[in-house]
Amino acid sequence: KNLPIIIFNINVWALGALWGLRMVVNTIHWFRKGLRLHDNAALRDSIRGSDSLRCIYILDPWFAGSSNVGINRWRFLLQCLEDLDASLRKLNSRLFVIRGQPTDVFPRLFKEWQINRLSYEYDSEPFGKERDAAIQKLASEAGVELMVRISHTLYNLDKIIELNQGQPPLTYKRFQGLINHMEAVELPTETITADVIRTCLTPISDDHDDKYGVPSLEELGFETEGLTTAVWPGGETEALMRLERHLERKAWVANFERPRMNANSLLASPTGLSPYLRFGCLSCRLFYFKLTDLYKKVKKNSTPPLSLYGQLLWREFFYTTATNNPCFDKMDGNPVCVQIPWDRNREALAKWAEGRTGFPWIDAIMTQLRQEGWIHHLARHAVACFLTRGDLWISWEEGMKVFEELLLDADWSVNAGSWMWLSCSSFFQQFFRCYCPVGFGRRTDPNGDFIRRYLPILRTYPAKYIYDPWNAPEDVQKAAKCIIGLHYPKPMVNHAEASRINIERMKQIYQQLSSYRGLVFNMLSSPAAPCPLPHFKIFIHFSVTTSCPILSVTVSLR
Amino acid sequence: LDRMKRMKENEEDSTSSPSVNQSETCKRIRPEDGEEPVAEGGSAAPGCDWARLPQELLLHIFQYLPLLDRAYASQVCRGWNQAFHMPELWRCFEFELNQPASSYLKATHPDLIKQIIKRHSNHLQYVSFKVDSSTESAEAACDILSQLVNCSLKTLGLISTARPSFMEVPKSHFISALTVVFVNSKSLSSLKIDDTPVDDPSLKVLVANNSDTLKLLKMSSCPHVSPAGILCVADQCHGLRELALNYHLLSDELLLALSSEKHVHLEHLRIDVVSENPGQHFHTIKKSSWDAMVRHSPKFNLVMYFFLYEEEFGPFFNDEIPVTHLYFGRSVSKEVLGRVGLHCPRLVELVVCANGLRPLDEELIRIAKHCTQLSAIGLGECEVSCSAFVEFVKMCGRRLSQLSIMEEVLIPDHKYSLDEIHWEVSKHLGRVWFPDMMPTW
Repeated sequence: KNLPIIIFNINVWALGALWGLRMVVNTIHWFRKGLRLHDNAALRDSIRGSDSLRCIYILDPWFAGSSNVGINRWRFLLQCLEDLDASLRKLNSRLFVIRGQPTDVFPRLFKEWQINRLSYEYDSEPFGKERDAAIQKLASEAGVELMVRISHTLYNLDKIIELNQGQPPLTYKRFQGLINHMEAVELPTETITADVIRTCLTPISDDHDDKYGVPSLEELGFETEGLTTAVWPGGETEALMRLERHLERKAWVANFERPRMNANSLLASPTGLSPYLRFGCLSCRLFYFKLTDLYKKVKKNSTPPLSLYGQLLWREFFYTTATNNPCFDKMDGNPVCVQIPWDRNREALAKWAEGRTGFPWIDAIMTQLRQEGWIHHLARHAVACFLTRGDLWISWEEGMKVFEELLLDADWSVNAGSWMWLSCSSFFQQFFRCYCPVGFGRRTDPNGDFIRRYLPILRTYPAKYIYDPWNAPEDVQKAAKCIIGLHYPKPMVNHAEASRINIERMKQIYQQLSSYRGLVFNMLSSPAAPCPLPHFKIFIHFSVTTSCPILSVTVSLR
Repeated sequence: LDRMKRMKENEEDSTSSPSVNQSETCKRIRPEDGEEPVAEGGSAAPGCDWARLPQELLLHIFQYLPLLDRAYASQVCRGWNQAFHMPELWRCFEFELNQPASSYLKATHPDLIKQIIKRHSNHLQYVSFKVDSSTESAEAACDILSQLVNCSLKTLGLISTARPSFMEVPKSHFISALTVVFVNSKSLSSLKIDDTPVDDPSLKVLVANNSDTLKLLKMSSCPHVSPAGILCVADQCHGLRELALNYHLLSDELLLALSSEKHVHLEHLRIDVVSENPGQHFHTIKKSSWDAMVRHSPKFNLVMYFFLYEEEFGPFFNDEIPVTHLYFGRSVSKEVLGRVGLHCPRLVELVVCANGLRPLDEELIRIAKHCTQLSAIGLGECEVSCSAFVEFVKMCGRRLSQLSIMEEVLIPDHKYSLDEIHWEVSKHLGRVWFPDMMPTW
């Protein structure tokens, strides 16, 4: 299978050529991610030789995973669609929003609009591939030519896997090593402008807004009263503006090192780009090349190190490890996931998800997440550790589902992969590093402004006690008008006890793995759950007696 | 073989594998196990009758099979069913007790548990119970324990896989169940009862029956045990090689008892130092007691896990202490790490989860200088300048087999950037090294 995939329906062209007729080409471009007009190779290529173009977005609420979507994510998406529609209007075109499932929608549209060409951006995720396989079948049955291009990732992920002997790399270091051997990233395609579209028309009916307009949140059934303005406005226009600002800031600082974490980093940044990359409002390749150009300019033409593209490469890494593994977002049946006896506790999970743990640092982060849809990556580590291996010992799958609902930049691969990483379920992550729900926050933001902002009930607590208000003497609590246990919950666990127990649990689990030296690390539970990932051996070495190692779970991948 | 022949003649309704030809007799049993090439779907090759493999061979093969597969095999024919119940296959068992409401994992089938208690309790020697966070699971474990009257266990492990549910069981129920085992198993060698409500009287019972054989005792976080209770164990069980307990149970007397002439060399002592509330007070152990331990057991591992608030470290590391593995689960101050560098000459492994925002340069160099056995170090939320880190690695050299440093720990300075540092460090370590990374979205 060589991409770009171009599946011709031979009969259509042969017929045209035979009769010396030029066929009228009616094209649909199907937006899923890739919600942009810049660097959109599939759209660009499908316009060539097209007589008519209709850009569609299918609102498919039954698509796997998307039923768990909160209001911020819907709003972001709708804003992206509005932005696309506005940009297309400038080119005398429109966006067509269609409700339903793709397998129902397409046969109808193929017929109604006399479609013979369909284009879309390649989706590497397993469910995406499955959905697209069904559409490919429908297209070929209807004699529709298919144009699929890769532009959501920097590289062709299958080629990376091929380079690694057919297996996805399971450590980030290995992944970086493979990247060094890949061909250069392809340049972004030219933006769709009036020049590009030229004679390609979009038939727009008078009732377009009624039939195909972008719905509002209310129309989708959301309660919008009291909804604050979006901290992260969706859309390609916003994305490109942010990109410029992001690069300006980098140039001004002239420092490409990883930025030091401080209290300010916790707040939403006007140059933050992750949600835009996820929805495809911003092309990762454009970002990549702009970063490269800036670096070369500032550092006088020296070669940029891989660390410059950290954000993009992590994203790429998780996409690569997920692409051939439909069980990637589960523990059971997932060959890359350690089977850990997580606790099932709906009440505890709800407290965490709703910011009622009694630990202000955790609760403030979860509040920001719910209100705005974004939290800093170290904040993510803190709450993920708290939920899983740090304190509550609840499954990472539950945390992943909450992030999926609330986090704007959480796509399937990155979200699942990150949760496995943070819960020490995969990728050979060392488990001794426990984030303290009191200390970590206090060291990051000693004054506690972040907490005051998102948990107004604690606003008047002095910095000394704001991270562990249950330790504040009674008079301090009274003065702050917030009694712990009454106005704000008591801490739901004793962190010292919980972390002590949990580190012991993790050790037990990894110790059990070590006693099976050389055993195939195969987590397939039944043949009914096929996972095409091959088996691999893991050897775990301990530096001291097996009855009590602390650190030493170095796992070498054979 | 005669028994099998008779059985074969009698079996009419039991199923047998399709490759067996009923009328054939087994002339010769090949010594290789299980690798017979059998014709596809046809009759068995001459000289090979699966139903007539001798029990010893079946036992050998069954020992390789996981329990579920073995159970399936036992349904094939009476011979294999008998093999399934051979005592040798029931020496070790792990009871998994989970409730669907509190665990994703499956539990050991209750019928299987019944069968084991009925037919195999006197075969059991190495037993463990894995329970989830529900009290029912822990109570079920206690119920099973109470029924093991015919057992002579060598190993017993009570393991909570999530929250310590044994602590929720009524104390008397737990103690009586445990006592059944202590009284009946006169040769207990290894006992893991962390996070349980075990108490001093039950330890006395343990000692009364198993003092000659007890080698390993793990009882971290057993709040009902007192220093006197554990001292009794140390005094009587002279074969004790591995012990795990909480700091409040540690005393000078205990260490002296473990170093007495009658006592074997201790191999492993693990101590958990846990603070429930800030400002908790901890007693000190005399240097002379530690010295006695080292004299008596020069090679012993002293593993200490600290879960304390920063201000509670006063009583620790003021004198030389023979700790070999040190884990700081909460933030520990620069000052304390400085004391560690001075007073822990036997240190082999050091893990610091968090320290703070001042660089640990001096402290690390001091540790490299004085802790000449150090071979593993892990740093979490700390800061170290790149130059100091390189110096540290240079001083330790190739003995550092484990170097687990978060990328955020290393602060680039005028000498080294992050990209340069891994080459320097790799050079001194003699292998390729990178700091640990965490995903950035």
